[in-house]
Amino acid sequence: MTNSSENHGKCELSLTVNGKLETVRVFPMERLLDVLRHELGLTGTKEGCGEGECGSCSVLMNGKLVNSCLIPALQAAGTNLTTIEGVADGPQLSALQAAFLECGGAQCGICTPGMILASCHLLDKKPEPTLDDIREALSGNLCRCTGYMQIFDAVAQAARRRTPA
Amino acid sequence: MRSTPSDYELIAPGKLQTVMSLLAEEPGKWLPIAGGTDVMVQYAAGKLPARKLVSIWNLPELRGIEISAEEIRIGAGCTYTELRDHNVIAREFPLLASAARWTGGIANQNRGTLGGNIVNASPAADSLPALLAYEAELILVSVRGERRAPYLGFHTGYKKMQLAPDELIRAISIRRSFSDYLHYARKVGARNAQAISKVCVAALGQQRHGVVEDVRIALGSVAPIPIRLPDLEREIKRKSVNAELLQLARRMASAAIQPIDDIRSTAKYRAAVAGNLIAEFLEQLGRPRPSGKTND
Repeated sequence: MTNSSENHGKCELSLTVNGKLETVRVFPMERLLDVLRHELGLTGTKEGCGEGECGSCSVLMNGKLVNSCLIPALQAAGTNLTTIEGVADGPQLSALQAAFLECGGAQCGICTPGMILASCHLLDKKPEPTLDDIREALSGNLCRCTGYMQIFDAVAQAARRRTPA
Repeated sequence: MRSTPSDYELIAPGKLQTVMSLLAEEPGKWLPIAGGTDVMVQYAAGKLPARKLVSIWNLPELRGIEISAEEIRIGAGCTYTELRDHNVIAREFPLLASAARWTGGIANQNRGTLGGNIVNASPAADSLPALLAYEAELILVSVRGERRAPYLGFHTGYKKMQLAPDELIRAISIRRSFSDYLHYARKVGARNAQAISKVCVAALGQQRHGVVEDVRIALGSVAPIPIRLPDLEREIKRKSVNAELLQLARRMASAAIQPIDDIRSTAKYRAAVAGNLIAEFLEQLGRPRPSGKTND
């Protein structure tokens, strides 16, 4: 990691975002969320509560689901990140994204990127989740539109497609 | 008021020795930050007590779970996810595994650390009653050396603790001597995840020949710090569980706790629920059952 103890200013740090190595000059206490949105223009990651309660800013860091609003930029140095922009394969939606559309799992869209990344994290760990697994995996992601059932259906459907019975 | 990043310094020395030297050179000036699940919330609200932060996230010296014949030693930097996923913790310390599963949601479990939960000192922290019940010891380090201290007594008042300004928690150690105990863990909150407890109970008990041989009852969210109920425990030992004992337990529990009214609950509700949960634990303890089984 970069050590910026000499001066109080910005530090230069590199991180891999959706497979691409990026270098940014930021204050070390800048939130990762702001680095993604403002420095890298990746506005798919949303800010909901800004205090780690709602999951809207969820991204994968070294394969683990995290709230990007709670991560200071310096702690993201050298990590490998996946944001919602890295989930689709070009124009081809991932199975999860397609299932969210088909099942009505996305409405206003603020929670959706976080929901998708939390679901990716679940399916990476458990390709054949139970409904309880899905509920638990998404318990840190709040949605005020759908009532959740369509979202759970979408994750179950994507899992079925990814793992043919 | 939101904080401005340019007002803050953050460094990541990557070595425990360097972090300890910083803390020793300027005591109280540097705030250690691990996974940030509490510190960054205070930062967002403009309520951080320091302008200089030092990252202890991923410090190798604070990581890892070591198992010996006598004890388990959990690095203070271990995350809730690591606690949940560890098979010795799941098997022998289910109160801690349950608490890890109840803390925050998955994203916060991937970043929040056991050491951070102790130092953040929330009266509602779910892992702390478990540490009280298992009589965990803390391994504290500074440039002056290493010391061990029982977790019981570490927190002395609301957000107050026996931690010198130059010290860090390095690890948490628990003796592996609870395999034949009943482990009872319950959290009462508004929802399963992301909700801060209204009441949290971690209890251990052992019954032999129809009487309670050993018992430890710890509670969260009912006092300025997580507490054990030593008077009640003494009263229960060597007795049979019956209706009279349950009544006594409820009475003594409500006398021992100091719950408050706040946004999450009321003192009255908390006292009633704490009494009910302790009674439920004792009822389970009094029932003949296969040893070493948890209730959830």
